[in-house]
Amino acid sequence: MDYIYLVPLFPLIGVIVNGLIGIKFPKKIIGPIACLAILGSFMVSLITFLQVLGLPPESRIIEKIYFPWIVAGDFAVDIGFLIDPLSLIMMLTVSGVSFIIHVYSIGYMHDDPGYRRYFVYLNLFVFFMLTLVSANSFLLMFVGWEGVGLCSYLLIGFWYERKAPADAGKKAFVVNRVGDYGFLLAMFLIFITFGSLNFLPVFEGAAQFKPGSITITLMTLLLFIGACGKSAQIPLYVWLPDAMEGPTPVSALIHAATMVTAGVYMVARCNPLFNLAPFSLEAVAIIGALTAFYAATIGLLQNDIKRVLAYSTISQLGYMFLACGVGAYTAGIFHLMTHAFFKALLFLGAGSVMHAMAGELDIRKMGALKSKLPWTHATFLIGTLAIAGIFPFAGFFSKDEILWDALQKSTILWGIGAAGALLTAFYMFRAVFMTFYGQSRVEHSVHPHESPPVMTIPLIILAVLSVIGGWVGLPIIEHGNRFKEFLSPVIHHAGAAVHHNVGLEITMMVVSMGIAIIGIIIAYTFYLRNPGLPDQLASRFKRLYTLVYNKYYIDEVYNALFVQPIKEGSNLLWLSFDDKLIDGMVNGAGKVVRGISGSIRRIQTGYLQNYALYILLGVVAIIFSLLR
Amino acid sequence: MEELLFYLLAIGAVICGVLVIMKKNPVINALFLIVVMLCLAGIYLLLGAQFMAAIQLIVYAGAIMVLFLFVIMLLNLDQEISGIVKGGSQKMIGFILAALLLGILLSVVGVNQLPGRGLHPIDEISNTESLARVLFTYFLLPFEITSVILLIAIIGAIVLGKKKL
Amino acid sequence: MIPLSHSLILSAVLFSIGVLGVFIRRNAIVIFMCIELMLNAVNLSFIAISRSLNSLDGQVIVFFVMTVAAAEAAIGLAIILALFRNRETVNVDEVNLMRW
Repeated sequence: MDYIYLVPLFPLIGVIVNGLIGIKFPKKIIGPIACLAILGSFMVSLITFLQVLGLPPESRIIEKIYFPWIVAGDFAVDIGFLIDPLSLIMMLTVSGVSFIIHVYSIGYMHDDPGYRRYFVYLNLFVFFMLTLVSANSFLLMFVGWEGVGLCSYLLIGFWYERKAPADAGKKAFVVNRVGDYGFLLAMFLIFITFGSLNFLPVFEGAAQFKPGSITITLMTLLLFIGACGKSAQIPLYVWLPDAMEGPTPVSALIHAATMVTAGVYMVARCNPLFNLAPFSLEAVAIIGALTAFYAATIGLLQNDIKRVLAYSTISQLGYMFLACGVGAYTAGIFHLMTHAFFKALLFLGAGSVMHAMAGELDIRKMGALKSKLPWTHATFLIGTLAIAGIFPFAGFFSKDEILWDALQKSTILWGIGAAGALLTAFYMFRAVFMTFYGQSRVEHSVHPHESPPVMTIPLIILAVLSVIGGWVGLPIIEHGNRFKEFLSPVIHHAGAAVHHNVGLEITMMVVSMGIAIIGIIIAYTFYLRNPGLPDQLASRFKRLYTLVYNKYYIDEVYNALFVQPIKEGSNLLWLSFDDKLIDGMVNGAGKVVRGISGSIRRIQTGYLQNYALYILLGVVAIIFSLLR
Repeated sequence: MEELLFYLLAIGAVICGVLVIMKKNPVINALFLIVVMLCLAGIYLLLGAQFMAAIQLIVYAGAIMVLFLFVIMLLNLDQEISGIVKGGSQKMIGFILAALLLGILLSVVGVNQLPGRGLHPIDEISNTESLARVLFTYFLLPFEITSVILLIAIIGAIVLGKKKL
Repeated sequence: MIPLSHSLILSAVLFSIGVLGVFIRRNAIVIFMCIELMLNAVNLSFIAISRSLNSLDGQVIVFFVMTVAAAEAAIGLAIILALFRNRETVNVDEVNLMRW
């Protein structure tokens, strides 16, 4: 437990070794070093987790402060880590999934010239992410927050020589920034209100406030804006689909399993604050539910396999926020963990398919890959079953818990969530059927082959986790929900304890499964039984189809509303202000000096007697003044 | 008697000084400067600094001016360029400034007795001996440094005078 | 007894003549000679004051001035010689390489 600082430190060492010391290291060394660094973090997290399990539940919140960082008058922040159930779960998830993805990357990025740079950035990302989840103060968390944003930019624009990835990286960073603005304002407000930025003092101080207080509501809304930026909710989700320009393992790690979940983590971490602001919780829930449904509708029609998964991620994040919004933070974190497993699996599987198809992304050009890519197909199918919420896979338990908790609060929210679940099952199985089943639409030049073990073994591990990962959160059964119990010292659920209506709960479980199965059947009908059906429907509802297919034209709207005016304004300022005024001043200073020196230099005539003259003049003047 | 001699020597010095700056031939200038130095040596004698008068004659008139003459004759210059500078403004300014200087200097010269006493009173033993007594005791360090200066001058003159540096 | 002011007047006049000479003449050697004239004038002033104060300080200073003047004359003339070797002239109007 005392070695908790090793958890973020190991990846940082990986960065320094690979990035600074090992500039000439061969590929065979760089990959394993990076993976070992993450493995080290995972081991330390695991050991700490087991140690904490041995402690009684009340004393499971431990703060380890290492050294003071900023001391400025009243403002003092330390570098310290908070070991408690929530951060431990995040640490384990992050380091575990990161390790698997690192191993996968050794195979996936093998032929890329930027191999070393990739692993350096990836390790750097894990360092920042681990800092984010283990920080003991808002400010240190913000350091990690910004750092993962930076690494996201670096990794999305990894192939920066091409325009699309470079633009996508910029877009991600700028949109993130908008969210960070909210986070910063929230931090200012927190400091003014509580006098400290460390979590424990702030949460204790929160108890003094009455529920519904304006300060806390404002604070939590601002925090949520930050979460929207990082976790791609409406209206700041636009960067995530474009972020698919990056390498697929990056999409798996950053945009599925870890970075985008930072917002959910932050909301869960601040649950004492959110519990005091019912208005904010409503906002969180509504936006979460809307995003879940909205993103699912867009995902229905995408033809790029990674885009489908990207919109799916946005949608699932919406579910997590929905959970937090109805006060069921544990369910949100639970879904975060299971989602990390199966979404990483799905992305890595997609990467495996792309690797086999020589970089092809369009699912219209795939099909009948089941026999050619057996392992990929099997694991991808498991991941899809998990995300659709089929018993007994992981997604079933977490999604079902969210829907159940949503039902307690509001039927409308449940309805939106259930509709989203239907769409989720549909589009995910659409992707599976179009990729792996049916007629082969593969072009003749492409010869799909199964990926090497260094890529398939991570897939298998994640598939196993997708199956068993949900079993720590069994509903109904007494003490079945070990997950919830573990998190209870940290998470205080809003609202009174609900009287368990076991019958209703079982009914809802069946309903959830039923919805998912209906979605699968519809997908089967559309894409395997009757392949012409989608196109018929598309031509019948042409206007709607075009609208959804073009992502509701949101990107174009943002461009017109925000991007172009700023560009025009910047241009104007550049031409009139920077070029004419500032450059004019600077150049003008030079010109003035030149002019003056041009006249003064004429003193140096080169004649001896002129110089003697000046000396004499000076002497006369001095004597004259002395004599007065 | 003394005063008459003093005035004679003084007027001689001034006239020869003016001639120094007016004549064209540099050799003539040097010779007139020697005459000025002779007059000054005489005035030193009148002022009771016999040793300094002798040194003036030996060092200044005898060594330095001879050096000057050597160099003048070595360079063998054209008479033309030795003349007074042609440009009117230079002459004018020079005159004015020199006159100004003279005016300022003369404005303070109406003192007959300066306040204070010097540090080393003149004994009635000979000038040389009393000078030696002071020079080699109180002024030993400047004396030694002066010898170093002379050494440096020798080295400098040799180096500068070489045909190829 | 010669009044101090007379000697000082003589010294001032000789000094001004020397200054005038520095400005008027073009030959570098003659300018140098006028500088020597100035030095002599100052020497006279020192000796006169030493006489008036009844002190040996002035004479010691004159001693040193003469020595340094000798050294200065040697080096100055050597410089003028080197100048002449390079430029074939000692006219100070023509050694103006350091002009702007």
